[in-house]
Amino acid sequence: MSQLILDIKNLTVHFRVYGGYLKVLNEVNLAVARGEKVGLVGETGCGKTTTMKSVMGILPQPPGKIVQGKIFFQGKNTLIMKKSEIEKMRQTGISMIFQDPTAALNPVFTVGQQLYDVVRHSQSTDESHSRLSTQEVSIRALQDVSLPDPKRILENYPLQLSGGMRQRVCIALAIARSKQLLIADEPGTSLDVTIQDQILRLLNRIAVEKQMAIILISHSLGVIREWTNRVYVMYAGSIVEESTTEELFSNPLHPYTRALMDCVPRLTGGGTSEGIPGRIPDYFNPPSGCRFHPRCPQAFLLCYEKKPPLYRTNDVHQVACYLYQEANQ
Amino acid sequence: MTLSKNNPKRTKSGKAWYKFSQNPLSVIGLAIVLFVIFSALLAPWVTPYPSHSGKYVNYNETNLSPSIHHLFGTDVFGRDVFTRTIYAFRSSLIMGIVVLIIVVPIGVTLGLLAGYFKETWIDILIMRITDIFLSVPPLILALAITSVLKPNLTNAMLAVSVMWWPWYTRLVYGMATSLRNEYFVQSAELLGASKFHILFKEILPNCLSTILTKMTLDMGWVILIGASLSFVGLGEQAPKAALGSMVADGAKYLPEYWWISVFPGLAIMLIVLGFNLLGDGISDLFSMEEA
Amino acid sequence: MNPVLEVKNLKKYFSTSKGVVRAVNDVSFSIAPGETLGLVGESGSGKSTVAYTVMGLYQPSGGHILFQGQDIAISHQKRKRVLKKELQIVFQDPGSSLNPRQTIEKILTLPLRLHTMDDNKNIKKIAEKVQNILSLVELPVEYMEKYPRSLGGGEKQMVAIARALATNPSLIVLDEPTSALDVSIQAKIIHKLIEIQQEKNLGYLFITHDLSLMRNIAHRVAIMYLGRIVEMAPAQQFFETPYHPYTRMLISSIPVVSSEEEKLKPGKIPSIGEIPSPVNLPPGCVFHPRCTNRLPICDKEEPKDFEIKTGHWVKCHLWSSNNN
Repeated sequence: MSQLILDIKNLTVHFRVYGGYLKVLNEVNLAVARGEKVGLVGETGCGKTTTMKSVMGILPQPPGKIVQGKIFFQGKNTLIMKKSEIEKMRQTGISMIFQDPTAALNPVFTVGQQLYDVVRHSQSTDESHSRLSTQEVSIRALQDVSLPDPKRILENYPLQLSGGMRQRVCIALAIARSKQLLIADEPGTSLDVTIQDQILRLLNRIAVEKQMAIILISHSLGVIREWTNRVYVMYAGSIVEESTTEELFSNPLHPYTRALMDCVPRLTGGGTSEGIPGRIPDYFNPPSGCRFHPRCPQAFLLCYEKKPPLYRTNDVHQVACYLYQEANQ
Repeated sequence: MTLSKNNPKRTKSGKAWYKFSQNPLSVIGLAIVLFVIFSALLAPWVTPYPSHSGKYVNYNETNLSPSIHHLFGTDVFGRDVFTRTIYAFRSSLIMGIVVLIIVVPIGVTLGLLAGYFKETWIDILIMRITDIFLSVPPLILALAITSVLKPNLTNAMLAVSVMWWPWYTRLVYGMATSLRNEYFVQSAELLGASKFHILFKEILPNCLSTILTKMTLDMGWVILIGASLSFVGLGEQAPKAALGSMVADGAKYLPEYWWISVFPGLAIMLIVLGFNLLGDGISDLFSMEEA
Repeated sequence: MNPVLEVKNLKKYFSTSKGVVRAVNDVSFSIAPGETLGLVGESGSGKSTVAYTVMGLYQPSGGHILFQGQDIAISHQKRKRVLKKELQIVFQDPGSSLNPRQTIEKILTLPLRLHTMDDNKNIKKIAEKVQNILSLVELPVEYMEKYPRSLGGGEKQMVAIARALATNPSLIVLDEPTSALDVSIQAKIIHKLIEIQQEKNLGYLFITHDLSLMRNIAHRVAIMYLGRIVEMAPAQQFFETPYHPYTRMLISSIPVVSSEEEKLKPGKIPSIGEIPSPVNLPPGCVFHPRCTNRLPICDKEEPKDFEIKTGHWVKCHLWSSNNN
């Protein structure tokens, strides 16, 4: 098995609020190997962004609190790293691009100024880069994201560019220095479908060319299906299912995954489902045992009592559900 | 995400206090303001020499330095400075409250009208008048008015009101201008709601938190302006106690009998500080974040 | 059956410092009672402008809007009061379509107070009616005292829908009502909308960029590009046999979740370039710069509407010239 770039083990995060805690993350386990395209799918409030912020080291603590767990990046536990080590990790190890490219770019600096910042203030692991000037590295980054006329773009301010171009600039900022892992949080969601398609295609190409692993976070199952090779399904702060993409879509196991797939409107018609009964849980007082049990049509006593572990049903598929206890290999 | 409101530990007022008390300075501000208000209300009962607040003279006890008997010392007429300071809180608070009661309804209404009817004659008329009032240096305006009229507390309050209302108009104008484009306002318009409803039931409630914060901060500033006016003799007249005039009276005797000016001066500082800190807390309280 | 809404040659132009933006440039369609017309398009297509002009938030620059036979092509302030009850809109962003400083009860009382209470402004009766509408959208009665901020995005949107239903309208315009919501919440809302439509025989003008969603809620679909409708057809035909190159490009770009859907999609047509600025409209057919099936005529002459099959209209030289 290829080396793991990222290995999150039992991550549990709480947020301090009036009267108690929001128990947002509940023993999250997630791993990414070199060159993989991993999808993280889940609805609003399931904890995807909190997980990634913890990985990047940008979780506000307080009110956040990492109660337990370890996050290994290239074998080292980031939660016990010194500040300088974390900064190095962000410069040469992991980058993140966000949903809204407009908010991610500083409107009062040109694209060039923002790129130079990134290029200059990081120690490059590429020997080839040390020979090139900052400008040359920046232009190359813009070319890598297929932006025409990079020299002119360097002079532009973000608001002079279209949404799609801004997102490309964000990607360029993320890959200007080579990294092992790129986290893409709902990329292109705020853009038109045809432009989103271009952006996802770009991310795919970069992953292959630069041998970067990608974590693609999305609430759109269609995007996950088309652009990832392995998927984690997240609900209410924990991973409920994990599988290769192909297997997940042909054989979803967890009741939540199945209900979610049912909710997606099909291009072939067939009407709409009624949604999933109930609401996402109250993190202040989350349900005991499996957090999905109040909404699960197949819940039984054990589900109320203890959180199910991940059971392996075949060599590419795991599901956190007592229904599959027997099938465990 | 929604939080369980049924949890007995989480009451509405408890939540409010939690938000407010996140910043300990706000709590200090609240404490100061409450102290000022209660000591002003209960002045006859909490001060050692209530009769010193008005006409009182005792030439045996003039200019005594601070001691156990006279915490802030005595002034040229032998009056206890501590007692007079507490009594002076009264005129300060009255000025703050009365000015705001006059100024806020007028300023806010004008701001709502001008902001909602932006780029019509209503907007132009109101905002140009506002601009004119704002361009006159505030203290000069107040001085001009009070020197024309008889100098007393009422006229001082009038003068400060005249120069204060434009700030509320400006403030609300900005907010109304952006709020009128919100979907919920357009929704009300499309339903055919009256202009009165839209201005006062849709837009105004969304301005209240900012207005209330400003009102709290303004209490301090109005009191300061009031003190400036009474410092030059244009406010509450002798022998009634007023912070500004007390500072003025004692100014001649600096630095020897420093306590006559310094303690009232510190009191002014304390009041302004208290309202400022409280204002910060109020704005935290109204922030839309879930606690 | 007479259509509830008929839009004929609607135009809406905006003058900006950069020039005239032809946001809506000769758009025509009609909606029958109980029917959903879907309007789909990307940014700059003009779909939201159509919605707002129909509602009267914009004054049209030209054309006719016939509501139950009467021309209402004027701004909403000048329209008759009865229209304010018959024509309703649900906005895109649930966060800002509800006044954050009002309780749900207050928000829902407004339309009731304005339109259904003629004689008795009885408070108790209004409260009862509020409870009725809340149950219509399956929200618990306890929500009456809550503020929007304690509701989830989907629930807020349900309140917005309840508000639209409160006056018993004939037509509801829905501008991307579920775009900001998760798919499970979207399913719930759409399901409810369809149920209510069938119950009350409502017409919907449904706007979205989500083609898969459109397939399941619209009876007929019209696709807009830079202010024009380039193709319009009954839903099934629209997706099974799309003719316009833009329609095909759009359908081929959407990510789907099953292999059956993959088979339905036209072969992958890469989308090239970006949508041009609506100030500088390309000459001839507005789509020609991005079209992979360009003909010589496409940059010179604007194509006209051509009925390629019954009820299926395309605005494209490829198809109208075939028939010549």
